[in-house]
Amino acid sequence: MSDQNDSKGAEVIGRFRFMNQQRVNLDGFATPAPELGLIAFQSPHDPSPSITISEGMIVEMDGRHKDQFDAIDEFIALHGIDIDLAEKAMAIDSLEFARRLVNPSESRAKLVSVAAGMTPAKFADVLSRLTAAELVMAMTKMRARSTPSNQAHVTNRSDDPLLLAADAATAAAFGFREIETTVPVLGDAPSNAVAVSIGAAVGSPGVLVQCSVEEAAELAMGMRGLVSYAETVSLYGTEQIFIDGDDTPWSKAFLTSAYASRGIKMRVTSGGGAEALMGGAEKCSMFYLESRCVSLARAIGSQGVQNGGIDSAAVAGSVPGGVRSLMAENLMVMLRNLEACTGNDALMSESDVRRTSRTHPIFVAGSDFICSGFGSIQRYDNMFGPSQWNSEDIDDFLAMQRDWGVDGGLRTADEQEVARLRRRATEAVSAVYTWLGLGDFNTEWAEQAIDAAGSKDISESDMMVPLNASNTIMDTGVTMLDVIAALAENGFDLEADRCLDMLKARVTGDYLQTSAIFDEQMNVLSLVTDPNQYSGPGTGYKPGPERQAEIDTIRQQRSAADLRSEQHGFKSSNLRVAEMATVSHDPRDVVIGVSPATGRDIWRTLSGMLVTEAIEELMAGLEEEGCVGRIVRINNSIDLGMIGLNAARMSGSGISIGLQAKGTALIHRRDLAPLANLELYSVAPTITPELYRLMGINAGRHAKGMTPEPMRNPYSDDAIEARYHTRVVSLVAMERQCSSTDEPELLEITS
Amino acid sequence: MTKGYSGADADNISVDAIRRGEVTLEDVRIHPGTLEQQAQVAEDNGNPQLASNFRRAAELTDLPDEEIMKLYEALRPQRSTAEELRSIASELRSRDAHLNAELFNQAADVYQRRGLLKK
Repeated sequence: MSDQNDSKGAEVIGRFRFMNQQRVNLDGFATPAPELGLIAFQSPHDPSPSITISEGMIVEMDGRHKDQFDAIDEFIALHGIDIDLAEKAMAIDSLEFARRLVNPSESRAKLVSVAAGMTPAKFADVLSRLTAAELVMAMTKMRARSTPSNQAHVTNRSDDPLLLAADAATAAAFGFREIETTVPVLGDAPSNAVAVSIGAAVGSPGVLVQCSVEEAAELAMGMRGLVSYAETVSLYGTEQIFIDGDDTPWSKAFLTSAYASRGIKMRVTSGGGAEALMGGAEKCSMFYLESRCVSLARAIGSQGVQNGGIDSAAVAGSVPGGVRSLMAENLMVMLRNLEACTGNDALMSESDVRRTSRTHPIFVAGSDFICSGFGSIQRYDNMFGPSQWNSEDIDDFLAMQRDWGVDGGLRTADEQEVARLRRRATEAVSAVYTWLGLGDFNTEWAEQAIDAAGSKDISESDMMVPLNASNTIMDTGVTMLDVIAALAENGFDLEADRCLDMLKARVTGDYLQTSAIFDEQMNVLSLVTDPNQYSGPGTGYKPGPERQAEIDTIRQQRSAADLRSEQHGFKSSNLRVAEMATVSHDPRDVVIGVSPATGRDIWRTLSGMLVTEAIEELMAGLEEEGCVGRIVRINNSIDLGMIGLNAARMSGSGISIGLQAKGTALIHRRDLAPLANLELYSVAPTITPELYRLMGINAGRHAKGMTPEPMRNPYSDDAIEARYHTRVVSLVAMERQCSSTDEPELLEITS
Repeated sequence: MTKGYSGADADNISVDAIRRGEVTLEDVRIHPGTLEQQAQVAEDNGNPQLASNFRRAAELTDLPDEEIMKLYEALRPQRSTAEELRSIASELRSRDAHLNAELFNQAADVYQRRGLLKK
């Protein structure tokens, strides 16, 4: 559909042409079509929950006899259901169990143990009954780990090792506890893994690193210690799509154990809409198929799941209730007692409003990882595709944390500290690559990588370096032990220690448990060591004082003292008191009444002009009309109406201009009520010198008894109040401090 | 003390020892006994399936990386005949990897029924 014409080619009226141009209309919205799997909840073809157990075996599940089980049913029936509990759990009314999920007095531990006896269809039936607000309550209680966290994507278009390392260090500085990288060129993967691992170690102890590539290649890098966790182990809800993904539940179960056998953390990936996208949904709802994935994840022994649409989030987002289903998928994982890495990954909408709406309930509820891939780099550098949240949005996310007092896993990073970390990360990678014969970097390249906001800022990079480095890593069998030795040989002792700590963590194995991350002291935070114990207001996770300060103290915040000292930077002595002001009887006399802080604490208006410049424009305007302006500081009021009225009462013409030091101005007359006025400029930040000149002219015309054409306030669709209200509060407080019962003073401007 | 797969105490591994070339990946690899302990922790925390995974993993610690990659490949769709899967199972059983052997035997049955064997 074009903006100008509807689907039948008829011309569209202006209101709809305008609406059609809004970004949300770039998104695709689908009419529900169960036969294509384009339905969020409850396809007519979804099975009803059921289970039949005979001789300790599941012989029927969700309407299917065991002879008809596909490979997914079979694995879940063999391994995924608590058979002792199943008949009792399945007999519980779904609505009643849904209510227990949001009841704070029902413990998480009890609910997950009962849910262990439920089939995929039962899970779908229970969780489809929760409203959006109930999902928030249930997620608050049901996530495994108490402390929320977040995961970053760190990638770039050229697999530039220096930029990867600098960006990994930056991501760690912003608080991300997991970093996921991937490659545009498959052969570059080992180089990316090494560069990101080094960069993460520069940024912080204990940041987990993965490199997302094909299953076998990812495992091979893990075995060499080049990455510390894995996530790209995909599950699908129908057998056909599972097989198309070149795996079976058995191969995935084996792969899961293979990671654990090397002490490497892993989670699986699934997400509603994937089967529909690949044309193999078997007429089932996205939510039911996802329930099969999550049940299988538990059955194969994965500690966690990344879901919530992921690559197919926009498919779920295209149908009614789809965004709610994405969050309900995450809750499904939590109810299976697994780590939830809750999507908010691939960008699901062109609209900033929709993408924020999609994330926000999860953000306020808290999850093990709010995003399973916050693009900590710019959209164009994200080799997974743009994320729901990107480096463009880091300050937004930090402000949202502060607004709601929510721990979304991020913190403000100091600019100078980030500059230092980026330099050290590039130096460490250069040293290691040179030492191990992986490649060399020139100084210009390094300097550009340190400063770069993205790979487009780097002209010096050599695209062959990562590929050559990767080939050498594979051919010569470089392991993390070699990287550690190279770091130490080149004076990067701190980073060598941090990389070694990540290897030692694999020996201890505590981070194999559900929802494990490391804090910056290398303590494991997991279901075991940091369990979520929410049971109503006043319980559960609460940031400690230090963490709360990180959430509250964003770099943009300013105190009244900051603004006072900023004003004093514009201090001058050219506005001084001449004498006490008197009442004039000259009909050409127009008093410009200024506020108490004018020339005492405030010298600059919100538009950035000096107050004296504004006064000079007013004076010049009056002069053009043959009037004479007098500058009188009204000390006994900070209210602009009262300042104007007091000034008018001293004015020979009976007309005055009132001016607050922040720039707001009006024309008053001595017979009007205090809060009335003849003309007003209410939005100080937008007032230009020309407008003050015009106000002077109009005041002069009023003084002469004319009726001038009223001035127009400049209009803008910017959120002017949002930009300036905090300043206004401070400036008004300064005015209040300067106000007194002192008589009005005549001021003069000297040059 | 946390014993690595090689038996060395992982807590005492130093960067200097790595520089001297005295440390191998076997020293920083998890020991099957540790995985059994983690399996008990998983059971205590309401996840017997995670415990089973750790116990299968404990069996796999004795297999070299390359063999693990081969076994994974053998379980992927249409890679093996039923006989090949069962033969791997008996090989695993002879090496005391009973849980993994069971996984391969199950796969042989299900793959046959679902048409996932090598054609």
